[in-house]
Amino acid sequence: MIKSKVYANAKSALEGIKDNMTLVVGGFGLCGIPENSISALKELGIKGLTCVSNNAGVDDFGLGILLHSHQIKKMISSYVGENATFEKQFMNGELEVELCPQGTLAERLRAGGAGIAGFYTPTGVGTPVAEGKEIKNFDGREYVLERGIVGDFALVKAWKGDKFGNLIYRKTARNFNPMVATAGKITVAEVEELVEIGTLPPDQIHTPGVYIQRIFQGKNYEKRIEQMTVRKA
Amino acid sequence: MPLNREQIAQRIAQEVQDGYTVNLGIGIPTLVANYIPSTKSIMLQSENGLLGIGPFPLEKDVDPDLINAGKQTVTEALGASYFNSADSFAMIRGGHVDLTVLGAMEVDQNGSIANWMVPGKMVKGMGGAMDLVAGAKNVIVAMQHTDKDGNSKLRTKCTLPLTGVNCIKKIVSDYGVIDVTPAGFVLREYAPDLTPEKVLAATEGKMTIATDVKPMTF
Repeated sequence: MIKSKVYANAKSALEGIKDNMTLVVGGFGLCGIPENSISALKELGIKGLTCVSNNAGVDDFGLGILLHSHQIKKMISSYVGENATFEKQFMNGELEVELCPQGTLAERLRAGGAGIAGFYTPTGVGTPVAEGKEIKNFDGREYVLERGIVGDFALVKAWKGDKFGNLIYRKTARNFNPMVATAGKITVAEVEELVEIGTLPPDQIHTPGVYIQRIFQGKNYEKRIEQMTVRKA
Repeated sequence: MPLNREQIAQRIAQEVQDGYTVNLGIGIPTLVANYIPSTKSIMLQSENGLLGIGPFPLEKDVDPDLINAGKQTVTEALGASYFNSADSFAMIRGGHVDLTVLGAMEVDQNGSIANWMVPGKMVKGMGGAMDLVAGAKNVIVAMQHTDKDGNSKLRTKCTLPLTGVNCIKKIVSDYGVIDVTPAGFVLREYAPDLTPEKVLAATEGKMTIATDVKPMTF
């Protein structure tokens, strides 16, 4: 019998997250974000967090909720527009920010989860993001050394998951979640549909359960849309 | 009259070849898709993990799990695929995307580009721009030739923090089509209402006029 990793809810699944920890968080914009875990973090009132996430949410949703309640000390992100709370806290020095190119951020998480301490990328050479970092020439082109990232906890959101932690994401809600899932000392997955082991087709698993330590059935997904764009029939 | 945004997009669409995989940035670049003839078969890549962006959805088909890199709701084209962000940037950085079109605040005569940060103003971040300019086989910049005070944005040397170094080969501005070569900017085509001399006068960086320069056609 495979040991179940199932937790009753977000709050119990986040047991052990403490002040000043580093969290790696899945999602792109408000798409594929761990809504339940973010709400629970607010309720738990954990402070001084460093959050590694492509974006910082909007004023009243996503990681913006935790910015609003002053629980985040530092963000490592590629794009942090669309958020007035962020701007205010950054400008008054309350919030520290490390901007990282999006592809580099994805690869830093992938590397961290894959046991790779660092890698050389051409992205950002000659720009402010390469300042103070090692530059190495390979075959006549310059590359910058970037470090892998591992968080104390990783928070991901998937469409379906089983009790072993095997995950399937849906459409562009996949985004950073698969790399984030690998890059936590403890990874917590929340899913729209939690199913029995053996239900999900093994050939269609995006994140094998080995990366997931805790999983819970999420609830009340809002799935807010940032930019509603439609065409006429 | 310089070109309007739609005309810039229309001219860039002529550069898109049948079979291309293309990444279009936010703003004017997004408009390029509207001018690619249906006779050309292309795949649009979105760096948040979709190859094969379809048109905007009908209201009844809106899906919050299906957005583009501008966070707009979209649909999937025939033959589309989804993937994670690391795979997406492997495509981009690895040179598998044929063409990237993006905007710029400044491009200099060496092909360096600045498009993500103005010192002293709120910095929103570079998103995927640095990876895109470092990786695509071909990068076309869609931009205004001058700022609102008439100062050239095609510079001798970029004054703003860079996005990428020596990576831009072609610019389509509201003034014309400009190649970036080891000898500096080369004017290939000019906006129909302008003259090559007017484009030259509006350009700070070193620019030569191609011997076969011609007015832009649409």
